[in-house]
Amino acid sequence: MRFGIVVFPGSNCEHDCYYVLKYVVQQQVRFIWHKERDLREFDAIVLPGGFSYGDYLRTGAIARFSPVMEEVVKFAQRGGLVIGICNGFQILCEAGLLPGALVRNAGVRFVAKSVYLKVENSATPFTRHCTSQVLKMPLAHGDGNYYVDKATLRQLQEQRRILWRYCTADGEITAAANPNGALDNIAGIMNETGNVMGLMPHPERACETLLHSADGVQIFQSIVA
Amino acid sequence: MKAKIHITLKNGILDPQGQTIQHGLEMLGFTGIRTVRAGKLIEIVFDGISREQAQQATENACKKLLANPVIENYEFVITE
Repeated sequence: MRFGIVVFPGSNCEHDCYYVLKYVVQQQVRFIWHKERDLREFDAIVLPGGFSYGDYLRTGAIARFSPVMEEVVKFAQRGGLVIGICNGFQILCEAGLLPGALVRNAGVRFVAKSVYLKVENSATPFTRHCTSQVLKMPLAHGDGNYYVDKATLRQLQEQRRILWRYCTADGEITAAANPNGALDNIAGIMNETGNVMGLMPHPERACETLLHSADGVQIFQSIVA
Repeated sequence: MKAKIHITLKNGILDPQGQTIQHGLEMLGFTGIRTVRAGKLIEIVFDGISREQAQQATENACKKLLANPVIENYEFVITE
């Protein structure tokens, strides 16, 4: 597959994504500067983590108006795969490609630690090769508290579009395992057509055993399978 | 022409910043506080357009960028 990784001013996880896609799952990949407009060569677009435009106004609010985002929206509407990690998830919500919003962590603090994610639906392009029911990977954010209105939450649940929820090492969904106050312990979701996905934790930082967990690679393997 | 835009979190959305400020105030000995909510104030200064145009432009700016309707409310006043 041909992957494009969008680089905004303030992105800082693009090289980790590049490394994993090119050297771990061995796909074609190149960076896309946020001013580019031609995405025809790609099969999948990654919006990486970071602090695009300094998180000014709201996280992802300004990045959403980058020239490339107009094309990412069209790319998604044509059915192309779009993956938003951390700040990328925030941008996808601001752009309306995913429902809801990521607000300030309930504890106010920036949280950077390893978390466990329960795979809630393993029949999606983003999870089909998740052989473990619980994935361990790091997260690092100040605004990861997922919020959505009740009607949409019900829709997400009924359509099985909640892909990962914060849990304990044993896969139990508890309040203590929720690092940021996210509604329903939601860590990642997908859109109605199943081609746009966003998650707050960083699978790209957990793709080799050297990095204390290689569980994240299961998500990338699902995407390229 | 100046627009003063006030953006607040919708009711029911947890406002940890407001809560932390409230906690700080209480630590300082302020009593009788029911709630503290934190928001944003944005000022836009317009040049060479009418009050109606400023009103319209500000409304559009709020809808398109300044506030996120999923989580925020906005209100604004236009002054000379």
